[in-house]
Amino acid sequence: MKPISAALCLVVAGAVAALGGPARAQQTVKIGSVLSVSGPASFLGDPEDKTLRMYVDKINAAGGVAGNKIELVIYDDGGDANKARTFATRLIEDDKVVAMIGGSTTGTTMAMLPVFEGAEVPFISLGGAIEIIDPVSKYVFKTPHTDKMACEKIFEDLKQRALTKIALIAGTDGFGSSMRVQCTLAAPKYGIQIVTEETYGPRDSDMTAQLTKIKNTAGVQAVVNTGFGQGPAIVTRNYAQLGMGAVPLYQSHGVASKSFIELAGPAADGVRLPAAALLVADKLPDNDPQKKIVVDYKATYEATAKQPVSTFGGHAYDGLYILVDAIKRANSTDPKKIRDEIEKTKGFVGTGGIVNMSPTDHLGLDLSAFRMLEIKGGDWILMAPKS
Amino acid sequence: MAWLSDRRAATLLVFAVIIAALPLVFPSGYYYRVAALVFVSGFAAIGLNVLMGQAGQVSLGHAGFFGIGGYAVAIGPAHLGIAPWAATPIGAVLSAALAYVVGRPILRLKGHYLAIATLGFGMLVALVITTESRWTGGPDGMPVAKLVLFGWRATGASTWYWISGAVLLIGAWIALNLAETPTGRAFRALHDSEVAARVAGIDVARVKLQAFVVAAVYASLAGSLLAMMNGFINPDQAGFLHSVELVTMVVLGGLGSVAGAIVGAAVLVTLPQLLTVFQEYENVMLGLIIIVSMIFMRDGVVPTAARLLARRGQP
Repeated sequence: MKPISAALCLVVAGAVAALGGPARAQQTVKIGSVLSVSGPASFLGDPEDKTLRMYVDKINAAGGVAGNKIELVIYDDGGDANKARTFATRLIEDDKVVAMIGGSTTGTTMAMLPVFEGAEVPFISLGGAIEIIDPVSKYVFKTPHTDKMACEKIFEDLKQRALTKIALIAGTDGFGSSMRVQCTLAAPKYGIQIVTEETYGPRDSDMTAQLTKIKNTAGVQAVVNTGFGQGPAIVTRNYAQLGMGAVPLYQSHGVASKSFIELAGPAADGVRLPAAALLVADKLPDNDPQKKIVVDYKATYEATAKQPVSTFGGHAYDGLYILVDAIKRANSTDPKKIRDEIEKTKGFVGTGGIVNMSPTDHLGLDLSAFRMLEIKGGDWILMAPKS
Repeated sequence: MAWLSDRRAATLLVFAVIIAALPLVFPSGYYYRVAALVFVSGFAAIGLNVLMGQAGQVSLGHAGFFGIGGYAVAIGPAHLGIAPWAATPIGAVLSAALAYVVGRPILRLKGHYLAIATLGFGMLVALVITTESRWTGGPDGMPVAKLVLFGWRATGASTWYWISGAVLLIGAWIALNLAETPTGRAFRALHDSEVAARVAGIDVARVKLQAFVVAAVYASLAGSLLAMMNGFINPDQAGFLHSVELVTMVVLGGLGSVAGAIVGAAVLVTLPQLLTVFQEYENVMLGLIIIVSMIFMRDGVVPTAARLLARRGQP
């Protein structure tokens, strides 16, 4: 054999040897997770990762689930769908997990979906878009609210204020464009007319041009901005600079975090947005069914992770407990039985809302899961729910 | 057995044996998946190596062609009713045509200017894919139809292992032979000195363009393969980071070496899988390994290893 070939054999043999995993432990139920802990979507993956580790430790300290300790396997896809797909195969083929929580983004979730559907292992996604569960895939569930619900919540509020003519300004990232489509589809149902539409790139630093165009469009009664990240904060600032404050501005649940208020500054005053109860945990009335759970989660997360709570970690919390409850009810670690029980989840109170799943609804949240908030003086004000 | 002493045949034989033997030690389907990823990336890297290693031209936008190939097999069946097997060559022809049109003006540039021009090209492709959501599903990507050949559906990690393995061997065979043709020698002359090449009667512009088109076709085919294997594609495949990853594979493995391109792909695909044991330090370790290997193996893994072994062989 030529020397060069011998070197090659060594390299490959080494790689193969190192790929071999450690021996498996007994009496455990293995739950897998692929999250975007690093990379551009780390603001989603990081709190999800922390939440899962934190609560799995808690559950194990209390004796585990149905007599089994949970073994959590988390892989970081760095936001890369192709990598996520490989890790999904690894969870199924190599780690032999009984269920999976994760997929921080819609992109990674959609890439992994065929793997779990093919292997018939339940998959609770933490991705936002409605495509994940519509059409329903037998083994795929999700916990975060959909963009469609956010649109409907906003339109409900508009209707209450008797505003029917709106302008839509959307980010061209995955979140913004997906929600733009959902809002366009949902508008006629609420008698809302979209008078004009504008878009901006996710990294644009000035949206004055688009907003000026909206300002000069006759008959705009409100502006709805779909997008997340820094874009909406810039829209909000430009909005105030252009003196458009008289026209109500709505943001999406994608910016439901304190950092948005900090970025947008005083310009954020009067902005309304739909958000999960978790964001206003301490402001909820005591008789709110979600009050206890969100206050507990917020306190636990902030004490252990030493950083402010986010709704994204809450989605992981909901996913974990929906799964754990299903394993308990199934009293089995058979993925098919667990799937059947997840689908039967009824009246589960989570951080995202009250979950009632069915064979045609693998999300199980209704509009009451969203609270309408208004920003005032750098803080959230909980709007009274519609009577 | 004189043909065995030929380095080209020996390299091919080694890879064929490795591809055939690896499944004997694979404990699960996951290993097939990782190996198939290595083969697909290796195939793209071989193509890029023709451009970078042989002809000495840089491309920082190569994932653009990868994305075109991938979206060809996604859009063809979904919107135009073209079968996936037919969409693959269509994607390759499209990539070749685009490479030809784009390459003509930008390959006149040298060094950093060429790098920036190709970078811009790659970004443009990614941008178009991201914004034309009616066709491409936008930033969240779109599903890709399964490959069906004569009623036989290509599914499962092991099937794709054999398909991509065979394609890799063919790709390596072509690239190895290309290096020994007049065109391949013209590439190398160009690499060493453009002026000398021109003096020797080589049509520099044409030869550069040839290398660019060859590399584009390789990338496009690899993109098609990956998209069909995953059953899903998103704009990241055409993105800048993927371009950089492909360049890293070529440089790490060894510029100008076909085996190097495959080894570079193997290292970059398997390392993140091996490094998961380091948890949050995964990316730090990955960076560290790449930096250290570039410091100590400046010509890339394969050429350095070959030189070390050759030196030891002498008294």
